Amino acid sequence: MTSIFRKFYFFLIALFLALPLIVVAGVSVNQKQTLAFPPQGFSTSWYGEIFLNPEWRNALIASVTLAVLSAALAVAIALPLAWFLWRRIAPWANIFQLLGVAPFTLPPVITALGLLTFWATVGFYGQPWTAVVSHAIFFVTLPLVTLSLGFTSIDRSLVEAASTMGADERTVFRTVVLPLILPYIVSGYAFAFVLSLNEYIVAYMTVGFTMETLPIKIFNALRYGYTPTMASVTILFVTTAAVIFGLVARFGDLPKLLGAMSSDGK
Amino acid sequence: MRREPPQTIGDYTPLFFPAAMLTIFFVVPFGTMIAVSFFQRQQGGFYTPAFVFDNYARFLSAFFGGVLGFSLMMAIAVAICCVVLALPFTYMLTRTARSVQIVWLVALLSVLSLSEVIIGFAWSTLFSRTAGITNILVALGLMGEAKALTPSFAAVLTGMVYQAFPYTVLVLFPALVRLDPTLTEAARTLGASPLKAFFTVVVPALRNTIVATLIMVFIFALGSYLLPQLLGRPQHWTLSVLITDQAIYQSNMPFAAAMAVFLVLVTLGLVALTVLAGRKGEAA
Repeated sequence: MTSIFRKFYFFLIALFLALPLIVVAGVSVNQKQTLAFPPQGFSTSWYGEIFLNPEWRNALIASVTLAVLSAALAVAIALPLAWFLWRRIAPWANIFQLLGVAPFTLPPVITALGLLTFWATVGFYGQPWTAVVSHAIFFVTLPLVTLSLGFTSIDRSLVEAASTMGADERTVFRTVVLPLILPYIVSGYAFAFVLSLNEYIVAYMTVGFTMETLPIKIFNALRYGYTPTMASVTILFVTTAAVIFGLVARFGDLPKLLGAMSSDGK
Repeated sequence: MRREPPQTIGDYTPLFFPAAMLTIFFVVPFGTMIAVSFFQRQQGGFYTPAFVFDNYARFLSAFFGGVLGFSLMMAIAVAICCVVLALPFTYMLTRTARSVQIVWLVALLSVLSLSEVIIGFAWSTLFSRTAGITNILVALGLMGEAKALTPSFAAVLTGMVYQAFPYTVLVLFPALVRLDPTLTEAARTLGASPLKAFFTVVVPALRNTIVATLIMVFIFALGSYLLPQLLGRPQHWTLSVLITDQAIYQSNMPFAAAMAVFLVLVTLGLVALTVLAGRKGEAA
C-alpha cells in the first residue's frame, strides 16, 4: 500500500490509542482538584499523593506485592511443565499444557467465579495469599507460552554434545538449558507481572473485601466521584508497562516472542 | 539429548508441581462451580447441595435471554470493528522496518495490559463534558458547546474496541508476518493496485485466519465486565456484569454459577469452531 495512506492510517490508529492517555495525562497535572482538560496550571502533587496518601500507598504496595509473587509462582508452575514437555515424549502430559492455557482463553469472570466458589468452599475466602495463587493460575499461560517457544528454539545437538561429554541431566540443565532459556523466563515473568498489576476481576472476586489493589481502589474511588490521583496512577501504570515491555524488546526478540520469525530468519 | 518417554517414576518429578497446582486450583474450582450451579439456594445467601435445574431455568427467562442476546450482539460488533480496523493496520505493520514494528508492539502491549478500570476511566474522561473531546471540537469551532457523550451505547462500543484492538493486532500478527510476500508481489507485477492486491490476494489467502480472529476477539469482548458499567446504562450491561452482580451483591452463587457454565459452553463451542477453521486452513 502506498506510503502516504500507510502513514495516515498509522497516525489515526496512534491517535485512537493515545488520545485517552493524553487527556488523562493532562488531567493528572491539573493544579486544582477538578476534572478539566486542557489542565489549569501545572502540578505534580497528584503523583506524590500515590506515595504519600496511606490509602493509595497501601493499594500500590498490595498490587506490587501481588504481582511480584504471583508472577514468580506462575513461572514456577510453567518452567518444569514446559521443560518436561520438551524433554519427554508423553502425549497425555499435553493435557496440562491445555489446562495452563485454558484460564486465559475463557472469559475472566469464569476463572474468577470458579476460584471464588473454591476459596469459599475450603474456607480461605479473603486471605491475601489466595489472590497470589489465583493470579498465578490465571496468568500461568503467559510464561507457559514464552517458555514453550523458548524450548523449541534450543538446538538439541548442543544438549546432546553436553551429555556425550559426560554431563548428567542436572548439569546439562544448569549449564546448557538454563542459560538458553533465561531470556524467555524473564519475558514470561514480565508479561505475568504487568498483567497482574492491572488485573481487576480475579483480585476483586477473591480478596476484594479484605485487600484493595490499585485497580480495585480506582474503581471504588470512581463510585464516589473523581480524584486526580486516579489519573496519575493511570499514567504511572501505563509508563511502567511501556518501560517493562521496552526492556523485553531491548534485550529479547519481541517480534519473535509474539510469533514472528527471528531477525536472522530462523 | 533426544526426547525419550519417561522410564522411571523419577522422570515424572518435574511434572508433579505444575500438575498438582493446575489440578487443585483450576480443575477443582471449575468442578466446584459446575456443582454449585445445580445447588439449591437458601435464603440469606447460603446454598445447599442438591441437583436442581432451577438456576438454568431462570436463566432462560425473557430478561436474562435479553441480556445474553445483547452480550452476544455487542461482542460481535466489537469483533467486526476490531478486525476491520486491525487487518489493514497489521498487514502494513508487518511490512515496515523491524525497529518500527518493535515500537508499535511495545505500545500495543502497554495498552493491552491496561486495566479495564483504567480504560473505563480514561474514556469516561474523554467523553465527559468538562474534560472531554467535545471541548476540542468547541475550540476548533466545530461545535456550539461541550456536552457529555456518556453513558451511551457508542461509548461502550468505543471503550470495548479500544480494549480489544491491541489483542486483535497481536492475534493477527503471526499469520500476517509469515504471509508469503511473493503473493502480493506477483499481483503487483501483473498490474494490480496495492489496494486491489490487498483485497484480492491478501484477504482471501487469510480467510481462515480472519474467521479465527473474529471468534477469538468475540470471546475476548464477551469477557468485558467493567466497561459496560462505567460507560453505559444498565440496559448495556453484559452477562459478565450480571454474573458478578449475582455472585457478589445478590449472594446467589448457584445462579451466578449456572450463568458462568452457560458462558463456558458458548465459549467452548466457539473455540471448537476456531480449531475447525484452523484445520481447514491447513488442509487447503
